[in-house]
Amino acid sequence: MSSSDEHMNLLYRQIIMDHYQHPRNKGLTGAPDYYTVHLKNPSCGDDLSVQVKLEGDRVADVRHIGDGCSICCSSSSMMSELLKGETVEQALATIASFKHMASAEPYDADLLKEAVSLHGVAQLPARVKCATLAWIAAETAIRRDEEQARQPAATSTPSQPTGQDETRTS
Amino acid sequence: MNEDKLKEILTCKSIDPAVRNDFPMLAVKSHGQPFAYLNNAATSLKPRPVLEAMSRYYQEYGSSVFRGVDSIAYKATQAFEATRYKVKDFIGAKQPESIVFTSGATAGLNLVCHSFAAPLLQPGDELVVGATEHHANYVPWQQLCKQKRARLVLAPNNERGEVTPELLASVMTDKTRLVAVCHMSNVMGAVNDLKALAEIAHRHGAYLVADGAQGIVHERPDVAGWDVDFYAFSAHKIYGPTGVGVLYGKYDLLESMPPMIYGGEMIDVVDVADTTFRDPPYRFEGGTPPIAEVIGLGAALDYINSLGYCCMQQKTLQLCKRVVRGLQQNPNVEIYNPDNYFSGIVSFNVKGVHPHDAASIYDREGIQVRAGHHCAQPAMRWLHQSATLRASFAFYNNEEEADRLVTATKKAGDFLDVFF
Ligand SMILES: Cc1ncc(COP(=O)(O)O)c(C=O)c1O
Repeated sequence: MSSSDEHMNLLYRQIIMDHYQHPRNKGLTGAPDYYTVHLKNPSCGDDLSVQVKLEGDRVADVRHIGDGCSICCSSSSMMSELLKGETVEQALATIASFKHMASAEPYDADLLKEAVSLHGVAQLPARVKCATLAWIAAETAIRRDEEQARQPAATSTPSQPTGQDETRTS
Repeated sequence: MNEDKLKEILTCKSIDPAVRNDFPMLAVKSHGQPFAYLNNAATSLKPRPVLEAMSRYYQEYGSSVFRGVDSIAYKATQAFEATRYKVKDFIGAKQPESIVFTSGATAGLNLVCHSFAAPLLQPGDELVVGATEHHANYVPWQQLCKQKRARLVLAPNNERGEVTPELLASVMTDKTRLVAVCHMSNVMGAVNDLKALAEIAHRHGAYLVADGAQGIVHERPDVAGWDVDFYAFSAHKIYGPTGVGVLYGKYDLLESMPPMIYGGEMIDVVDVADTTFRDPPYRFEGGTPPIAEVIGLGAALDYINSLGYCCMQQKTLQLCKRVVRGLQQNPNVEIYNPDNYFSGIVSFNVKGVHPHDAASIYDREGIQVRAGHHCAQPAMRWLHQSATLRASFAFYNNEEEADRLVTATKKAGDFLDVFF
Protein backbone atom coordinates (compact mmCIF):
# COMPACT_ATOMS: atom_id res chain seq x y z
CA MET A 1 0.00 0.00 0.00
CA SER A 2 1.44 3.40 -0.97
CA SER A 3 1.76 6.12 1.62
CA SER A 4 -0.91 8.19 -0.08
CA ASP A 5 -3.32 5.23 0.16
CA GLU A 6 -2.46 4.96 3.80
CA HIS A 7 -3.09 8.62 4.22
CA MET A 8 -6.48 8.32 2.53
CA ASN A 9 -7.44 5.33 4.64
CA LEU A 10 -6.61 7.22 7.80
CA LEU A 11 -8.80 10.04 6.60
CA TYR A 12 -11.65 7.65 5.79
CA ARG A 13 -11.47 6.08 9.23
CA GLN A 14 -11.63 9.52 10.80
CA ILE A 15 -14.70 10.37 8.73
CA ILE A 16 -16.48 7.16 9.74
CA MET A 17 -15.66 7.57 13.42
CA ASP A 18 -16.67 11.23 13.35
CA HIS A 19 -20.12 10.40 11.94
CA TYR A 20 -20.47 7.43 14.30
CA GLN A 21 -19.66 9.50 17.38
CA HIS A 22 -21.25 12.78 16.26
CA PRO A 23 -24.14 11.85 13.99
CA ARG A 24 -25.64 14.67 11.91
CA ASN A 25 -29.41 15.27 11.59
CA LYS A 26 -30.10 12.79 14.35
CA GLY A 27 -33.51 12.46 15.99
CA LEU A 28 -36.99 12.23 14.54
CA THR A 29 -39.57 14.97 14.33
CA GLY A 30 -43.30 14.74 14.82
CA ALA A 31 -43.93 17.25 12.03
CA PRO A 32 -46.65 15.96 9.69
CA ASP A 33 -44.88 16.85 6.44
CA TYR A 34 -42.19 14.18 6.91
CA TYR A 35 -42.45 10.68 5.53
CA THR A 36 -41.06 8.05 7.90
CA VAL A 37 -39.65 4.66 7.01
CA HIS A 38 -38.62 2.23 9.72
CA LEU A 39 -36.34 -0.59 8.62
CA LYS A 40 -34.97 -3.51 10.56
CA ASN A 41 -32.42 -6.11 9.86
CA PRO A 42 -33.94 -8.93 11.90
CA SER A 43 -30.93 -11.21 11.55
CA CYS A 44 -28.65 -8.86 13.44
CA GLY A 45 -30.96 -6.41 15.17
CA ASP A 46 -30.00 -3.21 13.32
CA ASP A 47 -33.00 -0.93 13.63
CA LEU A 48 -33.25 2.36 11.79
CA SER A 49 -35.83 5.07 11.12
CA VAL A 50 -35.38 7.66 8.40
CA GLN A 51 -37.58 10.70 7.82
CA VAL A 52 -37.64 12.67 4.61
CA LYS A 53 -39.33 15.98 3.85
CA LEU A 54 -39.82 16.89 0.21
CA GLU A 55 -40.47 20.45 -0.98
CA GLY A 56 -41.34 20.45 -4.64
CA ASP A 57 -38.64 18.41 -6.32
CA ARG A 58 -36.14 18.98 -3.54
CA VAL A 59 -35.22 16.92 -0.48
CA ALA A 60 -35.63 19.68 2.07
CA ASP A 61 -34.71 17.69 5.15
CA VAL A 62 -33.59 14.23 6.24
CA ARG A 63 -33.70 12.96 9.83
CA HIS A 64 -32.71 9.58 11.19
CA ILE A 65 -32.36 7.60 14.36
CA GLY A 66 -31.26 4.07 14.93
CA ASP A 67 -29.55 1.38 16.85
CA GLY A 68 -26.79 -0.46 15.07
CA CYS A 69 -23.10 -0.92 14.44
CA SER A 70 -20.56 1.75 13.47
CA ILE A 71 -21.17 1.15 9.78
CA CYS A 72 -24.95 1.32 10.00
CA CYS A 73 -24.95 4.49 12.11
CA SER A 74 -22.19 6.40 10.33
CA SER A 75 -23.68 5.51 6.96
CA SER A 76 -27.03 6.86 8.08
CA SER A 77 -25.47 10.12 9.21
CA MET A 78 -23.56 10.55 5.94
CA MET A 79 -26.68 9.75 3.96
CA SER A 80 -28.67 12.45 5.77
CA GLU A 81 -26.01 15.07 5.19
CA LEU A 82 -25.55 14.19 1.55
CA LEU A 83 -29.15 13.95 0.43
CA LYS A 84 -30.36 17.03 2.24
CA GLY A 85 -30.76 19.83 -0.32
CA GLU A 86 -30.42 17.58 -3.37
CA THR A 87 -33.15 17.38 -5.98
CA VAL A 88 -35.12 14.17 -5.92
CA GLU A 89 -33.41 13.11 -9.12
CA GLN A 90 -29.94 13.82 -7.69
CA ALA A 91 -30.79 12.07 -4.43
CA LEU A 92 -31.92 8.91 -6.23
CA ALA A 93 -28.73 8.94 -8.31
CA THR A 94 -26.63 9.35 -5.16
CA ILE A 95 -28.44 6.47 -3.49
CA ALA A 96 -27.96 4.26 -6.56
CA SER A 97 -24.29 5.13 -6.59
CA PHE A 98 -23.89 4.21 -2.92
CA LYS A 99 -25.60 0.88 -3.45
CA HIS A 100 -23.28 0.16 -6.38
CA MET A 101 -20.23 1.01 -4.30
CA ALA A 102 -21.35 -1.30 -1.48
CA SER A 103 -21.85 -4.19 -3.91
CA ALA A 104 -18.44 -3.68 -5.57
CA GLU A 105 -19.96 -2.43 -8.83
CA PRO A 106 -18.77 0.64 -10.75
CA TYR A 107 -20.04 3.84 -9.11
CA ASP A 108 -19.77 7.59 -9.40
CA ALA A 109 -17.50 8.62 -6.51
CA ASP A 110 -18.13 12.32 -7.13
CA LEU A 111 -21.75 11.93 -6.07
CA LEU A 112 -20.82 10.25 -2.80
CA LYS A 113 -18.33 12.74 -1.37
CA GLU A 114 -17.49 11.68 2.22
CA ALA A 115 -19.55 8.52 1.89
CA VAL A 116 -16.80 6.98 -0.26
CA SER A 117 -15.10 6.35 3.08
CA LEU A 118 -17.41 3.34 3.41
CA HIS A 119 -16.22 1.66 0.19
CA GLY A 120 -14.50 -1.07 2.22
CA VAL A 121 -17.78 -2.77 3.09
CA ALA A 122 -17.78 -4.18 -0.43
CA GLN A 123 -15.05 -6.57 0.77
CA LEU A 124 -17.22 -7.89 3.61
CA PRO A 125 -20.41 -9.28 2.06
CA ALA A 126 -21.82 -10.02 5.51
CA ARG A 127 -21.71 -6.32 6.40
CA VAL A 128 -23.06 -4.78 3.18
CA LYS A 129 -26.56 -4.73 4.64
CA CYS A 130 -25.34 -2.61 7.56
CA ALA A 131 -24.10 0.07 5.18
CA THR A 132 -27.05 0.15 2.80
CA LEU A 133 -29.93 0.05 5.32
CA ALA A 134 -30.15 3.85 5.69
CA TRP A 135 -29.99 4.43 1.95
CA ILE A 136 -32.70 1.92 1.23
CA ALA A 137 -34.87 3.57 3.88
CA ALA A 138 -34.27 7.01 2.35
CA GLU A 139 -35.05 5.76 -1.14
CA THR A 140 -38.29 4.19 0.04
CA ALA A 141 -39.30 7.36 1.86
CA ILE A 142 -38.57 9.57 -1.15
CA ARG A 143 -40.41 7.36 -3.63
CA ARG A 144 -43.44 6.88 -1.38
CA ASP A 145 -43.66 10.54 -0.52
CA GLU A 146 -43.50 11.43 -4.19
CA GLU A 147 -46.24 8.95 -5.03
CA GLN A 148 -48.40 10.41 -2.32
CA ALA A 149 -47.84 13.95 -3.49
CA ARG A 150 -48.97 12.97 -6.98
CA GLN A 151 -52.23 11.47 -5.67
CA PRO A 152 -55.08 13.58 -4.33
CA ALA A 153 -55.40 12.99 -0.58
CA ALA A 154 -58.76 11.22 -0.95
CA THR A 155 -57.31 8.32 -2.92
CA SER A 156 -54.39 7.59 -0.62
CA THR A 157 -54.35 3.97 0.47
CA PRO A 158 -56.77 3.27 3.30
CA SER A 159 -54.52 0.55 4.77
CA GLN A 160 -52.17 3.33 5.77
CA PRO A 161 -54.45 5.92 7.29
CA THR A 162 -51.72 8.36 8.29
CA GLY A 163 -49.90 7.77 5.03
CA GLN A 164 -46.76 8.79 6.88
CA ASP A 165 -45.28 5.80 8.52
CA GLU A 166 -44.06 2.53 7.25
CA THR A 167 -42.33 -0.35 8.95
CA ARG A 168 -40.62 -3.04 6.99
CA THR A 169 -37.98 -5.60 7.58
CA SER A 170 -35.18 -5.82 5.09
CA MET B 1 -26.28 -26.47 39.75
CA ASN B 2 -25.88 -28.29 43.04
CA GLU B 3 -22.49 -28.84 44.67
CA ASP B 4 -22.50 -32.65 44.45
CA LYS B 5 -23.14 -32.63 40.75
CA LEU B 6 -20.43 -30.03 40.21
CA LYS B 7 -17.96 -32.09 42.22
CA GLU B 8 -18.77 -35.16 40.20
CA ILE B 9 -18.12 -33.26 36.98
CA LEU B 10 -14.82 -31.85 38.18
CA THR B 11 -13.49 -35.19 39.35
CA CYS B 12 -14.52 -37.50 36.50
CA LYS B 13 -12.07 -38.73 33.88
CA SER B 14 -10.85 -36.01 31.49
CA ILE B 15 -11.65 -36.09 27.82
CA ASP B 16 -9.13 -37.43 25.31
CA PRO B 17 -7.90 -34.48 23.16
CA ALA B 18 -7.97 -36.85 20.18
CA VAL B 19 -11.76 -36.37 20.00
CA ARG B 20 -10.97 -33.34 17.87
CA ASN B 21 -10.09 -35.71 15.04
CA ASP B 22 -13.69 -36.88 14.99
CA PHE B 23 -14.91 -33.47 13.79
CA PRO B 24 -14.07 -32.64 10.17
CA MET B 25 -15.11 -29.00 10.66
CA LEU B 26 -12.23 -28.52 13.10
CA ALA B 27 -9.81 -28.93 10.18
CA VAL B 28 -11.35 -26.00 8.28
CA LYS B 29 -9.37 -22.78 7.83
CA SER B 30 -10.89 -19.33 7.94
CA HIS B 31 -8.96 -16.20 6.92
CA GLY B 32 -5.84 -18.33 6.78
CA GLN B 33 -6.15 -19.55 10.35
CA PRO B 34 -7.54 -22.69 11.94
CA PHE B 35 -11.28 -22.11 12.29
CA ALA B 36 -12.19 -21.61 15.95
CA TYR B 37 -15.85 -22.50 16.26
CA LEU B 38 -17.15 -20.84 19.41
CA ASN B 39 -20.81 -20.70 18.44
CA ASN B 40 -21.87 -24.09 19.73
CA ALA B 41 -25.04 -22.83 21.37
CA ALA B 42 -26.34 -22.01 17.89
CA THR B 43 -25.56 -25.42 16.49
CA SER B 44 -22.93 -28.04 17.24
CA LEU B 45 -20.38 -29.60 14.92
CA LYS B 46 -21.03 -33.16 13.79
CA PRO B 47 -18.69 -36.07 14.48
CA ARG B 48 -17.78 -38.55 11.75
CA PRO B 49 -19.91 -41.41 13.15
CA VAL B 50 -23.02 -39.25 12.63
CA LEU B 51 -22.05 -38.31 9.08
CA GLU B 52 -21.16 -41.92 8.30
CA ALA B 53 -24.39 -43.33 9.71
CA MET B 54 -26.41 -40.96 7.53
CA SER B 55 -24.31 -41.68 4.49
CA ARG B 56 -24.60 -45.44 5.09
CA TYR B 57 -28.37 -45.16 5.16
CA TYR B 58 -28.40 -43.33 1.84
CA GLN B 59 -25.88 -45.66 0.22
CA GLU B 60 -26.76 -49.06 1.64
CA TYR B 61 -30.40 -49.20 2.71
CA GLY B 62 -31.98 -45.96 1.56
CA SER B 63 -35.65 -46.74 1.42
CA SER B 64 -38.75 -45.51 3.16
CA VAL B 65 -39.82 -46.65 6.60
CA PHE B 66 -43.07 -48.48 7.50
CA ARG B 67 -44.10 -48.94 3.85
CA GLY B 68 -43.54 -52.27 2.22
CA VAL B 69 -42.50 -55.63 3.54
CA ASP B 70 -39.12 -56.20 1.92
CA SER B 71 -35.92 -56.72 3.87
CA ILE B 72 -34.24 -53.42 2.95
CA ALA B 73 -37.27 -51.37 4.01
CA TYR B 74 -37.35 -53.47 7.16
CA LYS B 75 -33.75 -52.56 7.90
CA ALA B 76 -34.50 -48.84 7.46
CA THR B 77 -37.51 -49.12 9.76
CA GLN B 78 -35.42 -50.93 12.36
CA ALA B 79 -32.69 -48.27 12.28
CA PHE B 80 -35.28 -45.50 12.46
CA GLU B 81 -37.13 -47.03 15.39
CA ALA B 82 -33.87 -47.85 17.20
CA THR B 83 -33.36 -44.11 17.65
CA ARG B 84 -36.68 -43.86 19.48
CA TYR B 85 -35.35 -46.31 22.06
CA LYS B 86 -32.02 -44.52 22.28
CA VAL B 87 -33.77 -41.20 22.93
CA LYS B 88 -36.01 -42.80 25.52
CA ASP B 89 -32.98 -44.11 27.40
CA PHE B 90 -31.02 -40.90 26.98
CA ILE B 91 -33.67 -38.62 28.47
CA GLY B 92 -35.03 -41.05 31.03
CA ALA B 93 -38.48 -41.58 29.55
CA LYS B 94 -40.57 -44.56 30.60
CA GLN B 95 -41.64 -45.75 27.16
CA PRO B 96 -40.57 -45.23 23.54
CA GLU B 97 -44.13 -44.23 22.60
CA SER B 98 -43.53 -40.98 24.48
CA ILE B 99 -40.90 -39.96 21.92
CA VAL B 100 -42.32 -37.99 18.98
CA PHE B 101 -39.97 -37.08 16.14
CA THR B 102 -40.43 -33.49 15.00
CA SER B 103 -38.38 -31.17 12.83
CA GLY B 104 -36.80 -29.57 15.90
CA ALA B 105 -37.38 -27.91 19.25
CA THR B 106 -39.42 -25.14 17.63
CA ALA B 107 -41.78 -27.63 15.98
CA GLY B 108 -42.11 -29.62 19.23
CA LEU B 109 -43.04 -26.56 21.27
CA ASN B 110 -45.52 -25.46 18.61
CA LEU B 111 -47.08 -28.92 18.61
CA VAL B 112 -47.69 -28.75 22.36
CA CYS B 113 -49.01 -25.23 21.97
CA HIS B 114 -51.53 -26.01 19.21
CA SER B 115 -52.51 -29.56 19.99
CA PHE B 116 -52.40 -29.60 23.79
CA ALA B 117 -52.59 -26.07 25.16
CA ALA B 118 -55.05 -24.53 22.70
CA PRO B 119 -57.96 -26.87 23.62
CA LEU B 120 -57.07 -26.47 27.31
CA LEU B 121 -57.01 -22.71 27.59
CA GLN B 122 -60.17 -20.73 28.38
CA PRO B 123 -60.59 -16.96 28.34
CA GLY B 124 -59.23 -15.52 31.58
CA ASP B 125 -56.85 -18.43 32.18
CA GLU B 126 -53.19 -17.73 32.80
CA LEU B 127 -50.13 -19.14 31.12
CA VAL B 128 -46.70 -18.59 32.68
CA VAL B 129 -43.60 -18.17 30.52
CA GLY B 130 -40.00 -17.51 31.61
CA ALA B 131 -39.00 -13.87 31.21
CA THR B 132 -35.90 -14.59 29.08
CA GLU B 133 -37.06 -17.44 26.86
CA HIS B 134 -35.95 -18.08 23.31
CA HIS B 135 -38.54 -16.90 20.78
CA ALA B 136 -39.40 -20.57 20.10
CA ASN B 137 -40.68 -20.87 23.67
CA TYR B 138 -42.20 -17.42 23.88
CA VAL B 139 -43.95 -16.36 20.70
CA PRO B 140 -46.18 -19.48 20.40
CA TRP B 141 -47.51 -18.91 23.94
CA GLN B 142 -47.86 -15.18 23.46
CA GLN B 143 -49.89 -15.69 20.28
CA LEU B 144 -52.03 -18.42 21.84
CA CYS B 145 -52.89 -16.17 24.78
CA LYS B 146 -53.86 -13.45 22.34
CA GLN B 147 -56.18 -15.81 20.44
CA LYS B 148 -57.72 -17.28 23.58
CA ARG B 149 -57.97 -14.02 25.51
CA ALA B 150 -55.87 -15.67 28.20
CA ARG B 151 -53.25 -13.84 30.23
CA LEU B 152 -49.54 -14.25 29.50
CA VAL B 153 -47.65 -14.02 32.78
CA LEU B 154 -43.86 -13.70 32.89
CA ALA B 155 -41.93 -15.70 35.47
CA PRO B 156 -39.11 -13.43 36.65
CA ASN B 157 -35.43 -14.41 36.65
CA ASN B 158 -32.91 -13.93 39.44
CA GLU B 159 -29.68 -12.06 38.66
CA ARG B 160 -28.08 -15.22 37.26
CA GLY B 161 -30.96 -15.64 34.82
CA GLU B 162 -32.63 -18.55 36.63
CA VAL B 163 -36.33 -19.04 37.20
CA THR B 164 -36.03 -20.27 40.77
CA PRO B 165 -38.80 -22.28 42.47
CA GLU B 166 -39.57 -19.24 44.65
CA LEU B 167 -39.83 -16.94 41.65
CA LEU B 168 -42.12 -19.34 39.82
CA ALA B 169 -44.27 -19.80 42.92
CA SER B 170 -44.62 -16.03 43.19
CA VAL B 171 -46.56 -15.82 39.89
CA MET B 172 -48.66 -19.00 40.14
CA THR B 173 -52.39 -18.62 40.76
CA ASP B 174 -55.36 -20.96 40.64
CA LYS B 175 -55.89 -19.75 37.06
CA THR B 176 -52.49 -20.91 35.82
CA ARG B 177 -52.98 -23.75 33.33
CA LEU B 178 -49.49 -24.17 31.95
CA VAL B 179 -45.88 -23.16 32.64
CA ALA B 180 -43.34 -22.97 29.80
CA VAL B 181 -39.69 -22.59 30.78
CA CYS B 182 -36.34 -23.55 29.39
CA HIS B 183 -34.03 -26.14 30.87
CA MET B 184 -31.16 -23.77 30.09
CA SER B 185 -31.24 -20.22 28.73
CA ASN B 186 -29.41 -19.68 25.46
CA VAL B 187 -28.33 -16.17 26.45
CA MET B 188 -27.54 -16.45 30.15
CA GLY B 189 -26.66 -20.14 30.28
CA ALA B 190 -28.66 -20.36 33.49
CA VAL B 191 -29.95 -23.81 34.44
CA ASN B 192 -33.46 -24.22 35.79
CA ASP B 193 -34.31 -26.92 38.29
CA LEU B 194 -37.06 -28.54 36.24
CA LYS B 195 -37.95 -31.05 38.92
CA ALA B 196 -38.69 -28.32 41.45
CA LEU B 197 -40.51 -26.22 38.85
CA ALA B 198 -42.67 -29.14 37.73
CA GLU B 199 -43.66 -29.81 41.32
CA ILE B 200 -44.80 -26.22 41.77
CA ALA B 201 -46.72 -26.25 38.49
CA HIS B 202 -48.45 -29.51 39.41
CA ARG B 203 -49.30 -28.28 42.88
CA HIS B 204 -51.34 -25.56 41.14
CA GLY B 205 -52.92 -27.99 38.73
CA ALA B 206 -50.83 -26.67 35.83
CA TYR B 207 -48.67 -28.52 33.27
CA LEU B 208 -44.95 -27.95 32.75
CA VAL B 209 -43.51 -27.65 29.25
CA ALA B 210 -39.70 -27.56 29.10
CA ASP B 211 -37.62 -26.19 26.22
CA GLY B 212 -34.63 -28.51 26.38
CA ALA B 213 -32.81 -27.17 23.29
CA GLN B 214 -29.79 -25.92 25.28
CA GLY B 215 -30.27 -27.91 28.46
CA ILE B 216 -29.89 -31.37 26.99
CA VAL B 217 -26.40 -30.47 25.81
CA HIS B 218 -25.14 -29.77 29.32
CA GLU B 219 -27.27 -31.68 31.78
CA ARG B 220 -28.67 -35.07 30.96
CA PRO B 221 -32.45 -34.84 31.41
CA ASP B 222 -34.43 -37.26 33.51
CA VAL B 223 -37.90 -36.47 32.21
CA ALA B 224 -39.74 -39.15 34.16
CA GLY B 225 -37.81 -38.51 37.39
CA TRP B 226 -38.35 -34.76 37.06
CA ASP B 227 -41.98 -35.36 36.20
CA VAL B 228 -42.07 -32.75 33.41
CA ASP B 229 -45.09 -33.07 31.14
CA PHE B 230 -43.34 -32.15 27.90
CA TYR B 231 -39.71 -31.72 26.90
CA ALA B 232 -38.59 -30.55 23.44
CA PHE B 233 -35.13 -30.51 21.86
CA SER B 234 -33.30 -30.38 18.53
CA ALA B 235 -30.78 -32.95 17.33
CA HIS B 236 -28.48 -30.37 15.79
CA LYS B 237 -27.39 -28.93 19.11
CA ILE B 238 -26.28 -32.30 20.45
CA TYR B 239 -23.95 -33.24 17.58
CA GLY B 240 -26.73 -34.64 15.42
CA PRO B 241 -28.08 -33.40 12.08
CA THR B 242 -30.35 -30.46 11.37
CA GLY B 243 -33.99 -31.05 10.45
CA VAL B 244 -34.96 -33.38 13.27
CA GLY B 245 -35.86 -33.04 16.91
CA VAL B 246 -37.88 -34.69 19.62
CA LEU B 247 -40.95 -33.89 21.60
CA TYR B 248 -41.23 -35.98 24.73
CA GLY B 249 -44.69 -36.06 26.24
CA LYS B 250 -46.27 -38.08 29.02
CA TYR B 251 -48.10 -40.82 27.18
CA ASP B 252 -51.56 -40.14 28.57
CA LEU B 253 -51.24 -36.48 27.57
CA LEU B 254 -50.09 -37.40 24.06
CA GLU B 255 -53.07 -39.75 23.81
CA SER B 256 -55.44 -36.89 24.55
CA MET B 257 -54.00 -34.71 21.78
CA PRO B 258 -55.34 -34.43 18.21
CA PRO B 259 -52.91 -34.64 15.29
CA MET B 260 -51.92 -31.38 13.64
CA ILE B 261 -50.60 -32.73 10.35
CA TYR B 262 -52.80 -35.08 8.35
CA GLY B 263 -51.36 -37.46 5.78
CA GLY B 264 -49.62 -40.76 5.36
CA GLU B 265 -48.22 -42.86 8.24
CA MET B 266 -50.39 -41.25 10.89
CA ILE B 267 -53.71 -42.84 9.95
CA ASP B 268 -55.36 -46.00 11.20
CA VAL B 269 -58.45 -46.54 9.02
CA VAL B 270 -59.45 -44.09 6.31
CA ASP B 271 -63.15 -44.33 5.44
CA VAL B 272 -64.82 -42.21 2.82
CA ALA B 273 -66.09 -39.70 5.35
CA ASP B 274 -63.88 -40.18 8.36
CA THR B 275 -60.49 -41.37 9.51
CA THR B 276 -59.19 -42.83 12.71
CA PHE B 277 -55.67 -42.01 13.72
CA ARG B 278 -52.86 -44.13 14.97
CA ASP B 279 -51.75 -44.00 18.56
CA PRO B 280 -48.95 -41.68 19.64
CA PRO B 281 -46.23 -41.11 18.64
CA TYR B 282 -47.20 -41.94 15.00
CA ARG B 283 -50.29 -39.77 15.12
CA PHE B 284 -47.96 -36.77 15.17
CA GLU B 285 -45.55 -37.97 12.50
CA GLY B 286 -47.58 -37.54 9.32
CA GLY B 287 -45.69 -37.84 6.05
CA THR B 288 -42.33 -39.39 5.22
CA PRO B 289 -40.11 -38.58 8.19
CA PRO B 290 -36.50 -37.31 8.02
CA ILE B 291 -35.16 -40.87 8.06
CA ALA B 292 -31.44 -40.21 7.61
CA GLU B 293 -31.63 -37.48 10.22
CA VAL B 294 -33.36 -39.69 12.77
CA ILE B 295 -30.68 -42.33 12.18
CA GLY B 296 -28.06 -39.57 12.54
CA LEU B 297 -29.58 -38.54 15.87
CA GLY B 298 -29.28 -42.12 17.07
CA ALA B 299 -25.61 -42.14 16.07
CA ALA B 300 -25.07 -38.85 17.93
CA LEU B 301 -26.49 -40.31 21.13
CA ASP B 302 -24.30 -43.40 20.72
CA TYR B 303 -21.32 -41.11 20.28
CA ILE B 304 -22.12 -39.15 23.44
CA ASN B 305 -22.58 -42.37 25.38
CA SER B 306 -19.27 -43.75 24.14
CA LEU B 307 -17.36 -40.64 25.26
CA GLY B 308 -19.21 -40.27 28.54
CA TYR B 309 -21.40 -37.31 29.31
CA CYS B 310 -19.42 -36.27 32.37
CA CYS B 311 -16.10 -35.63 30.65
CA MET B 312 -17.87 -33.50 28.04
CA GLN B 313 -19.39 -31.39 30.79
CA GLN B 314 -16.02 -31.08 32.50
CA LYS B 315 -14.20 -29.84 29.42
CA THR B 316 -16.92 -27.31 28.56
CA LEU B 317 -16.93 -25.97 32.07
CA GLN B 318 -13.13 -25.63 32.19
CA LEU B 319 -12.98 -23.78 28.89
CA CYS B 320 -15.78 -21.46 29.85
CA LYS B 321 -14.13 -20.64 33.16
CA ARG B 322 -10.84 -19.97 31.41
CA VAL B 323 -12.44 -17.50 29.02
CA VAL B 324 -14.40 -15.74 31.74
CA ARG B 325 -11.19 -15.33 33.74
CA GLY B 326 -9.36 -14.07 30.67
CA LEU B 327 -12.07 -11.61 29.69
CA GLN B 328 -12.32 -10.35 33.26
CA GLN B 329 -8.73 -9.08 32.92
CA ASN B 330 -9.96 -6.73 30.20
CA PRO B 331 -11.43 -3.57 31.77
CA ASN B 332 -13.50 -2.89 28.63
CA VAL B 333 -15.44 -6.13 28.81
CA GLU B 334 -18.76 -6.45 30.55
CA ILE B 335 -19.83 -10.07 31.19
CA TYR B 336 -23.52 -10.70 31.81
CA ASN B 337 -23.29 -14.24 33.16
CA PRO B 338 -19.94 -14.57 34.95
CA ASP B 339 -21.06 -17.54 37.09
CA ASN B 340 -22.73 -19.88 34.63
CA TYR B 341 -19.61 -21.82 33.47
CA PHE B 342 -21.51 -25.01 33.34
CA SER B 343 -23.36 -23.89 30.22
CA GLY B 344 -20.26 -23.18 28.15
CA ILE B 345 -21.90 -19.83 27.35
CA VAL B 346 -20.31 -16.42 27.92
CA SER B 347 -22.51 -13.43 27.07
CA PHE B 348 -20.67 -10.14 26.99
CA ASN B 349 -20.07 -6.79 25.35
CA VAL B 350 -16.99 -4.68 24.76
CA LYS B 351 -17.50 -1.10 25.90
CA GLY B 352 -17.97 1.34 23.05
CA VAL B 353 -17.96 -1.42 20.44
CA HIS B 354 -21.16 -2.64 18.86
CA PRO B 355 -21.35 -6.47 18.83
CA HIS B 356 -21.40 -6.56 15.01
CA ASP B 357 -18.28 -4.48 14.82
CA ALA B 358 -16.59 -6.82 17.27
CA ALA B 359 -17.85 -9.89 15.39
CA SER B 360 -16.01 -8.76 12.25
CA ILE B 361 -12.78 -8.61 14.25
CA TYR B 362 -13.33 -12.16 15.51
CA ASP B 363 -14.14 -13.26 11.99
CA ARG B 364 -10.86 -11.80 10.71
CA GLU B 365 -9.09 -13.86 13.39
CA GLY B 366 -10.82 -17.04 12.20
CA ILE B 367 -13.19 -17.16 15.19
CA GLN B 368 -16.95 -17.55 14.96
CA VAL B 369 -19.03 -16.20 17.83
CA ARG B 370 -22.63 -15.03 17.78
CA ALA B 371 -23.47 -11.33 17.72
CA GLY B 372 -27.01 -10.06 17.94
CA HIS B 373 -30.15 -10.68 19.91
CA HIS B 374 -29.84 -14.50 19.87
CA CYS B 375 -33.51 -14.99 18.99
CA ALA B 376 -34.28 -13.85 22.50
CA GLN B 377 -35.44 -10.25 22.44
CA PRO B 378 -37.14 -10.66 25.84
CA ALA B 379 -33.74 -11.62 27.27
CA MET B 380 -32.14 -8.59 25.63
CA ARG B 381 -34.72 -6.31 27.20
CA TRP B 382 -34.04 -7.95 30.54
CA LEU B 383 -30.31 -7.21 30.11
CA HIS B 384 -31.08 -3.68 28.86
CA GLN B 385 -28.99 -4.37 25.77
CA SER B 386 -30.06 -4.34 22.16
CA ALA B 387 -27.49 -6.98 21.30
CA THR B 388 -24.63 -8.93 22.86
CA LEU B 389 -21.72 -11.11 21.90
CA ARG B 390 -21.95 -14.75 22.84
CA ALA B 391 -19.12 -17.24 22.83
CA SER B 392 -20.22 -20.80 23.50
CA PHE B 393 -17.97 -23.79 24.03
CA ALA B 394 -18.22 -27.49 23.38
CA PHE B 395 -16.08 -30.36 24.62
CA TYR B 396 -14.10 -30.46 21.36
CA ASN B 397 -12.87 -26.88 21.74
CA ASN B 398 -9.47 -26.38 23.31
CA GLU B 399 -7.51 -23.94 25.45
CA GLU B 400 -5.80 -22.41 22.45
CA GLU B 401 -9.13 -21.45 20.92
CA ALA B 402 -10.31 -20.02 24.22
CA ASP B 403 -7.16 -17.92 24.48
CA ARG B 404 -7.49 -16.71 20.90
CA LEU B 405 -10.90 -15.34 21.79
CA VAL B 406 -9.48 -13.45 24.76
CA THR B 407 -6.65 -12.02 22.64
CA ALA B 408 -8.93 -11.03 19.78
CA THR B 409 -11.22 -9.25 22.24
CA LYS B 410 -8.35 -6.90 23.09
CA LYS B 411 -8.37 -5.82 19.46
CA ALA B 412 -12.14 -5.26 19.28
CA GLY B 413 -11.66 -1.49 19.45
CA ASP B 414 -9.85 -1.61 16.10
CA PHE B 415 -13.04 -2.67 14.39
CA LEU B 416 -12.62 -0.38 11.40
CA ASP B 417 -9.43 -2.25 10.44
CA VAL B 418 -11.47 -4.91 8.69
CA PHE B 419 -12.66 -2.37 6.13
CA PHE B 420 -9.23 -1.10 5.07
C1 LIG C 1 -33.14 -22.22 24.28
C2 LIG C 1 -33.53 -22.53 22.87
N1 LIG C 1 -34.78 -22.89 22.60
C3 LIG C 1 -35.19 -23.19 21.35
C4 LIG C 1 -34.32 -23.13 20.29
C5 LIG C 1 -34.85 -23.44 18.92
O1 LIG C 1 -34.24 -24.53 18.36
P1 LIG C 1 -34.49 -24.91 16.83
O2 LIG C 1 -34.23 -23.64 16.06
O3 LIG C 1 -33.49 -25.96 16.54
O4 LIG C 1 -35.90 -25.37 16.69
C6 LIG C 1 -33.00 -22.76 20.52
C7 LIG C 1 -32.04 -22.67 19.40
O5 LIG C 1 -31.50 -21.66 19.05
C8 LIG C 1 -32.59 -22.45 21.84
O6 LIG C 1 -31.34 -22.07 22.11
